[in-house]
Amino acid sequence: MPIIDKKNPVDFAFSLITALASSLVVMLVIGILIVLIEESSLAISRFGVINFLKSTDWNPVKESFGAATTIFGTVVTTVLSLAIAVPVAIGIAIFVTEISPNFLKGPIGIAIELLAAIPSIIYGMWGLFTLAPIMSKYIEPALQKSIGFLPVVGMLFKGTPMGIDMLTASVILSIMIIPFTASISRDAFNLTPAVVKESAYAIGATKWEVVKNVVLPYSKLAVFGGVTLSLGRALGETMAVAFVLGNNHQITASLLDAAATITVSLANEFTEADTDLYLSSLFYLALILFIMSFVVLAIAKIFLLKAERRYSR
Amino acid sequence: MNIDQKRRIESVAALTLSTLAALAGMFWLVFILGDVLVRGIGALTPSLFLNDPTPPGVTGGGLRNAFIGQLMIIGSATLIGVPIGILGGTFLAEYARGTRAARAISILADIMVSVPAIVVGTFVYAVMVKPVGHFNGWAGAAALAVIMIPVVLRTTEDMLSLVPWTLREAAFALGAPYYKVIIQVVYRGAATGILTGILLSIARVAGEAAPLLFTSFNNSFLSTDMRGPIASLTTTIFQYAMGPYEEWHIQAWGASFVITVFILLITIVGRLIIKWRYK
Repeated sequence: MPIIDKKNPVDFAFSLITALASSLVVMLVIGILIVLIEESSLAISRFGVINFLKSTDWNPVKESFGAATTIFGTVVTTVLSLAIAVPVAIGIAIFVTEISPNFLKGPIGIAIELLAAIPSIIYGMWGLFTLAPIMSKYIEPALQKSIGFLPVVGMLFKGTPMGIDMLTASVILSIMIIPFTASISRDAFNLTPAVVKESAYAIGATKWEVVKNVVLPYSKLAVFGGVTLSLGRALGETMAVAFVLGNNHQITASLLDAAATITVSLANEFTEADTDLYLSSLFYLALILFIMSFVVLAIAKIFLLKAERRYSR
Repeated sequence: MNIDQKRRIESVAALTLSTLAALAGMFWLVFILGDVLVRGIGALTPSLFLNDPTPPGVTGGGLRNAFIGQLMIIGSATLIGVPIGILGGTFLAEYARGTRAARAISILADIMVSVPAIVVGTFVYAVMVKPVGHFNGWAGAAALAVIMIPVVLRTTEDMLSLVPWTLREAAFALGAPYYKVIIQVVYRGAATGILTGILLSIARVAGEAAPLLFTSFNNSFLSTDMRGPIASLTTTIFQYAMGPYEEWHIQAWGASFVITVFILLITIVGRLIIKWRYK
């Protein structure tokens, strides 16, 4: 183990500089937390914590603010996008690790990585100009016609299909997180020892049974960590949803209504906030988002670390 | 139908579904990339690069201000973020190797990599815009640097850890102090890896719009003054795409084309370097 040579001044100085640089990460996390709390203190003292979380008001004119509508939008779009993305991503991972011929594995891996590299603003713009019209013309009316009459599910698809709504936002968000979830799942599946799989094949298991009963249980910790990581990313995604969500502060049952997420309200209203309380409330939203995503990401990291420890045994 | 048949059908059905999932993934990639390339290439005119924006309705406008602003912001962010990231990663992989503190910072950096970019924007707004009283380019660069630092730090740490310990011991045995060992032996061994990390971190922040919205803001005029609001491609895309004018939309597609091609090229080069060096 290296020991810092305090007698050598240059070495000591260099070690101090590097220590300072790495401690900057810690200072940034603490700094963000402190600054956000300080900036939102006005709103915190005015609305409290529980009241702010419960209130569905978002009225800049009357200066009455609450987080319930934006948290609702954030949670609905995130959960819905995960519900679409996770099965597809795991399907892709199964295809790449178990089904695809070797010569296809490389290209598909590259394709997944390229999809992950496209910036979110491109997804957002593509969603506004290409996906939203398709959704409003074809997919949403089709959904209304086919399952819109059902008693409970039908509630989700009420209203005029405009394309600028939670459903479109969730679809874009899901396309964005698919590559991310898929590449982590693929890496996790690849960790399954070939011997274990082969012994399952040897007793006559079909390919699907091997995946379902051997590969998935073996890699479930890592896959779960990957899914949680995607959840954390989706919570904080701004530009991909900012174009197509409409920034309308409301809680509605229909997925075909415009809504607002924390990120979208911040993007649209931050530079327009004309009063201190308004700006402070927006900082309050940012603080809530920071804590939410930090907790989710920390949980994801714990799962991934546990998985790592198990597989390295 | 006996149980064997049932199992076989189930297997075929499940595998077909995952093949379809893979096809769906490829479909989206082709759809999005194709759309951006086809719509964007038509917008690539010399005036897009050479002219500043004109008022809506006046033809011949371009985004020269945004291209220059983008380069300045990304360049400054790289100059701030990369040295700090590399030095921080050096501490974790060398001086603090194996300690609890290093492990904790490394985990924290991993979390920071995925922290919402827009939250970083609000933080930098409070620290660098509010006290000054106006939006400024340095704030935008700082916000991007905050996003870059954990990325560079983690890749540097990983790459330095790949350099065999015996190599350092050989240098120690010649009487070299640790800092010389790091700079002349370890950095050299990990150079390509660190370079890849830098490239990928640039690709990561080059497409970020959220942290720039309320730090460097936007500017319809050409400005190279980092102390004032400065235009960037990403915020311009946001403004133009949401705007009502058809010419704005076309220019937004052109800007998207440039930024997408730039980022994909960097990503591919980065991957090629990794492949060439580490396989």
